[in-house]
Amino acid sequence: MTERSRVVTPEVAAGAGASASASAERSAERPAERPARPPSVLGAVAGAPTWFRYALLAVGLGVALWLPNGLYPTVAVDIACWALFAVSVDLLLGFTGLLSFGHAAFWGTSAYVTGLVAIHAGAPFPVAVLGGALAAAALAAPIGYLAVRRTGIYFAMVTLAFAQMVYYVANEWRSVTRGENGLQGVPRELAGLDLTDEYYFYYAALPIVLAGLFAAWRIVNSPFGRVLVGIRDNPARARALGYPVHRYKLTVFVLSGFIAGLGGGLFAVGHRFVALDVLHWTTSGKAVIMVVLGGIGTLWGGLLGAAVLVRLEDWLSFSGFDTIGLVTGGIFVLVVLLFRRGIWGSVAALAQRLAAGRRRDS
Amino acid sequence: MTGFLQNTFNGLVSGAFYALLALGLAVIFGMLRVVNFAHGAFYMLGAFGAYVLLAEAGVSFWWALLLMPIGLALFGMLLERAVVHRLGRLDPLYNFLFTFGLTLILQDVVKSRYGVQSSPYATPAELSGSVDLGLFDFPTYRVFILVFAVAVCALVWWLLSHTRVGVVVRAATERPELTRAFGIDVGRWVTPVFGFGVGLAGLAGVLAAPMRAVNPLMGADLIIVVFAVVVIGGLGSIFGSVAAGFGIGLVQSWGEAYAPPIVAQTLVFIVMAAVLLLRPAGLFGREESAA
Repeated sequence: MTERSRVVTPEVAAGAGASASASAERSAERPAERPARPPSVLGAVAGAPTWFRYALLAVGLGVALWLPNGLYPTVAVDIACWALFAVSVDLLLGFTGLLSFGHAAFWGTSAYVTGLVAIHAGAPFPVAVLGGALAAAALAAPIGYLAVRRTGIYFAMVTLAFAQMVYYVANEWRSVTRGENGLQGVPRELAGLDLTDEYYFYYAALPIVLAGLFAAWRIVNSPFGRVLVGIRDNPARARALGYPVHRYKLTVFVLSGFIAGLGGGLFAVGHRFVALDVLHWTTSGKAVIMVVLGGIGTLWGGLLGAAVLVRLEDWLSFSGFDTIGLVTGGIFVLVVLLFRRGIWGSVAALAQRLAAGRRRDS
Repeated sequence: MTGFLQNTFNGLVSGAFYALLALGLAVIFGMLRVVNFAHGAFYMLGAFGAYVLLAEAGVSFWWALLLMPIGLALFGMLLERAVVHRLGRLDPLYNFLFTFGLTLILQDVVKSRYGVQSSPYATPAELSGSVDLGLFDFPTYRVFILVFAVAVCALVWWLLSHTRVGVVVRAATERPELTRAFGIDVGRWVTPVFGFGVGLAGLAGVLAAPMRAVNPLMGADLIIVVFAVVVIGGLGSIFGSVAAGFGIGLVQSWGEAYAPPIVAQTLVFIVMAAVLLLRPAGLFGREESAA
């Protein structure tokens, strides 16, 4: 392995990097003293009977269709966007074992690109959102290429740092991003329909959200997704079996960036406004909170976490509470300390225990 | 030439803050394998504590410089015993997440009490004015920061290399299992080392109070740059973290003087990208420290 071969092609470089850091990762994953992995909650639903899973899906779809009737449509739109974002983070954290603490870079970049495309090209909003998501994926490629060279806690720090870099660039590049003022007046154009009412916009956006969620579900339940879980649980073994670990991680990172971008683009159209906040590290953190709150490695947990957190923040700001971070941070700390399976994981574990108990009784 | 030297000096001063923060992070990481997200929040608490002590109790800068690091170190030790220790058996990411949540809480507690606007903190009288450094005058306070930070780093280096505690800490950092196998009680030193690292962050905060805007968010953006610094230096290497801290301070200061702002602000991240490409374990890190 020469230094030169590293920069020839991503594949060669990924392979070379893999062998170079093989010993590093082996020692990093060393489970000698502490079980390195959290108890896996993956498969909490996978063990359930098929009819149950279809029933769950039906309930989920029903809730998605009903949502703007039960909540303020604005809040419903936010929940849908954040759900995509949270699921994209879970794809990395729950199914590949990578904590991205910089996903705001993709969510925010897509929000800006979507806004710019919609404003300057007058494109229909699904086209603008798609453009934004593609831009996010394009940004995820170089960031992911560098970040997958490190694992564990380093991966979190590296992604966080690169996201901050994107934030600074957006802050300085005022001619495009309008700096502190933000991008205003993002249009909601779609075949001449009147989507000014949030209620109708929710239903116009829903297919994109469902498509993004379906994509995440497909990724997790594909052979590719199985390899990712293998990499999460034992990178050394995955490599020994001949899987190019770096390339797998990079691929899922880009896909995750794309899904986060779908959410960010819809968020921009939904608010008709893009502020610098979309790129801030607190935004990345919020997505991580949602995933942990809902349950790492469950996909459904991301949706649940997004719904709970968006609803809670809306309620807190509505009641004139100005220290929202105190509440969300407090809840988050409690979840990390006491309920590491999250809402979904805890419920699934409970259901499993009940089911096991019933089997023993009969 | 004078301009260049002045920029260099300013770079070393801001590098001193990076170095102190990176040092605390590295010491904690070495002993506990925990990356303390709340390090920036403790830095903020150091600065805010100094401000509150002066504004509400008339406690001088010098007393704050002594009291705040000790107070925060005790708080850190308490935190280690109560929480960090318990999460230590799990994936290190859980402690990262916990300290992230703690950051949100600490920031908002301070914000709810004192608002988000910056509070002024007067430079202590003994250190106001400027000193003649031959080619140019330089604010006395900045010279003091630089000397003080270098002295602290040197003291830590001396502690690590010449005392029994230092030998244990270094051994535990580099070969935890082997150290335990020799019958050395590593666990005994974990809590004090965590407290020490937190105290260093508080110390940096007090030093920053007269020079930088004291507000609840001052630590958050800074800590992300420090994360980049420790990735560059190699978190497993205490020397590397300090060296990278001063180095990045210099690079940023030169960038601000000679490059457009968009480059100056992103320079540290560009350096990080280059290091990841060429030496993923960090400039001074060993491959093994790639946890």
